Amino acid sequence: MNIVVCVKQVPDTATERKLRSDDKTLDREAADGVINELDEYAVEEALTIKEAHGGEVTVLTMGPEKASESIRKALAMGADKAVHLSDEALHGSDALSTSYALAQVLKKIGFDIVLLGSESTDARTGMLAAMLSERLGVPQVTLANKVEIDGSSLKAQRLTDYGFDRVEASLPAVVSVVEKINEPRYPSFKGIMAAKKKPVEKLAVADAEIDAAKVGLAGASTEVVDFADAPPREKGQIVKDEGDGGVKVAEFLASKKFI
Amino acid sequence: MGVDRELPTSEAYDLLELTRDLVAAELAPRAAADEEAGRFPREVFRTLGRAGLLGLPYPEEFGGGGQPYEVYLQVVEELAAGWLAVGLGVSVHTLACFPVAAYSSDEQRRRLLPDLIGGELLGAYCLSEPHSGSDAAALSTKAYLDAGAYTINGTKAWITHGGHADFYTLFARTAPDKGRGVSCFHVPADTRGVRAAPPEKKMGLRSSPTAQLHFDDVRVPEGDRIGVEGQGLPIALSALDGGRLGIAACAVGVAQAALDTAVAYARERRQFGQRVADFQGMRFMLADMATGVAAARALYLTAARRRDAGRPYGAQAAMAKLFATDTAMRVATDAVQVLGGYGYVSDFPAERFMREAKVLQIVEGTNQIQRMVIGRHLTDPR
Ligand SMILES: Cc1cc2nc3c(=O)[nH]c(=O)nc-3n(C[C@H](O)[C@H](O)[C@@H](O)COP(=O)(O)OP(=O)(O)OC[C@H]3O[C@@H](n4cnc5c(N)ncnc54)[C@H](O)[C@@H]3O)c2cc1C
Ligand SMILES: Cc1cc2nc3c(=O)[nH]c(=O)nc-3n(C[C@H](O)[C@H](O)[C@H](O)COP(=O)(O)OP(=O)(O)OC[C@H]3O[C@@H](n4cnc5c(N)ncnc54)[C@H](O)[C@@H]3O)c2cc1C
Repeated sequence: MNIVVCVKQVPDTATERKLRSDDKTLDREAADGVINELDEYAVEEALTIKEAHGGEVTVLTMGPEKASESIRKALAMGADKAVHLSDEALHGSDALSTSYALAQVLKKIGFDIVLLGSESTDARTGMLAAMLSERLGVPQVTLANKVEIDGSSLKAQRLTDYGFDRVEASLPAVVSVVEKINEPRYPSFKGIMAAKKKPVEKLAVADAEIDAAKVGLAGASTEVVDFADAPPREKGQIVKDEGDGGVKVAEFLASKKFI
Repeated sequence: MGVDRELPTSEAYDLLELTRDLVAAELAPRAAADEEAGRFPREVFRTLGRAGLLGLPYPEEFGGGGQPYEVYLQVVEELAAGWLAVGLGVSVHTLACFPVAAYSSDEQRRRLLPDLIGGELLGAYCLSEPHSGSDAAALSTKAYLDAGAYTINGTKAWITHGGHADFYTLFARTAPDKGRGVSCFHVPADTRGVRAAPPEKKMGLRSSPTAQLHFDDVRVPEGDRIGVEGQGLPIALSALDGGRLGIAACAVGVAQAALDTAVAYARERRQFGQRVADFQGMRFMLADMATGVAAARALYLTAARRRDAGRPYGAQAAMAKLFATDTAMRVATDAVQVLGGYGYVSDFPAERFMREAKVLQIVEGTNQIQRMVIGRHLTDPR
């Protein structure tokens, strides 16, 4: 089983995140980079599948040099090797062009199953799984909270508003996961040491036959035209209880259309 | 927050980061409630074991982490800052593995060590007895060799992990000579005749079980004696040299946690229209606490680096244990003071740190015994 996990490095949600004023892209230098949390669940699922069915787990990341820290973490958890797509030309790619670039790499390295998080914590488009499956011409199973591999097909449970769907798909397939699917393991200290010796293949756009004109800021089909900082939180309103506190609170809630 | 550390390798930084992740996710959320209930978190040790934290200073060829003491101890410090019962537990487990790692035969090392340090098993170190504490050489548990096996009888006291450990590193008398009549044994916990008394009810460190252990006609194969007959006391004391550094690291962890709690509180709490931290009287107290913590850390690291370099470090270890644990007691007491009334109630962790600090001045040689050791090195060097 050739399992590929797409891992994105995102700014730590615990630190302050900023957009750059010059080109309105995320300032990836300003914040600590961490593995997108849901991608840890995707890595865990990949390792579980490998433990049950054999095979190899490859981590695939598109991102700047710094993203190699997140690759190391996934390798320390137990993934076997990694492919790091990194090229100045990719800076500013939107979801459509990111999916194009990742799909080109996936075509090159081959796969039986591609695992993703169902969304990232920074851009949060949640579209990558769908876009990848379209580009690769394989089934997509999104929002999976349970995956079972059965020979050349997979059975999965998809989280929905009303409960869950039970779906089946033939392999190869693209699967995105939610956090209910498992409990990601800690990397062990031995895993950390071993990760340093695991192969990480560095690819530039040309190596993956990516048309540089279709990626990056220039190749993006969407443009961030403007952005504004979130408005500071307004001062709260203090209601003094002079026997009519309950009424005042109710009036306040009504004025905000909560009741 | 997080302590800014100097570490020798990049993997050591990764290891400390892993440790902090484990503390935040596995220790911090349950420490207070488990301490209150006196619950021993055996699963936490399994998690640490699987992460590779139960064999850090032992050789990689036997499944250990191959880390210098300088790094191992800082892991212990971080664990103890999160929860002393866990940091001290890791230190005691590491202590219990030491005789096999350092004094056993090649055959014993191959047979025993991978399991001891592999992470699934937890060890205990059995030296103290009801009537022999500081005077360890006066121990009276007896072992007789007969037909290829020792028969062991006696009672050990104050045994950390007693009743929960998977193996006991036991010191028992094989000959009448006080200093040269003690031998060291490896005793699996499920050996017939090993029985733990109910755990002691303690002031603090309540999630770490401490119990008497009874040995009634316990049969141990001759092949599970560690070192030669009569070598037990030197083995016990050299194990304790390292163990004391573990206790010093625990003390620095507790002191750091107390300091962090005090600083965070002093920055929030307002009296007389200003932050409590802005009163010079408070600020000087915090400064003294921080200086003590930094000095204690530097002292245990100095001793650790001597050990890692293969130089004698017994006196330095005793100094580190003495200074770090006395500092922890003072810092934790001051932290309670900084929090005022809130320091004295269990809604805040300051009072727990104070109760935890106290035991560190007693275990693995009381601080009076540390002064004896340091004094002996000064006035009667070997
Ligand atoms: C603040 C901000 C606003 C943006 N606005 C837009 C916009 O309006 N329109 C637009 O098209 N793009 C936008 N982008 C850019 C774009 O969304 C992302 O850079 C692109 O990678 C899509 O990823 P996502 O995180 O949204 O994917 P999601 O679909 O949310 O991510 C799902 C999964 O895809 C995988 N994945 C995502 N990115 C990578 C990667 N680089 N390497 C490996 N695996 C990956 C991970 O497994 C992840 O869990 C924006 C980016 C930022 C930072
Ligand atoms: C929570 C806890 C966990 C422990 N875990 C373990 C364990 O895992 N394994 C183990 O073997 N033991 C363990 N111990 C035992 C511990 O090491 C002993 O309590 C310690 O060595 C002191 O012995 P004692 O209690 O018998 O005190 P005593 O030796 O009776 O001392 C009483 C007082 O006399 C002082 N004193 C004694 N001799 C001198 C001297 N020569 N000069 C000056 N003052 C002196 C001491 O400092 C002390 O203040 C543990 C103890 C506790 C409390």
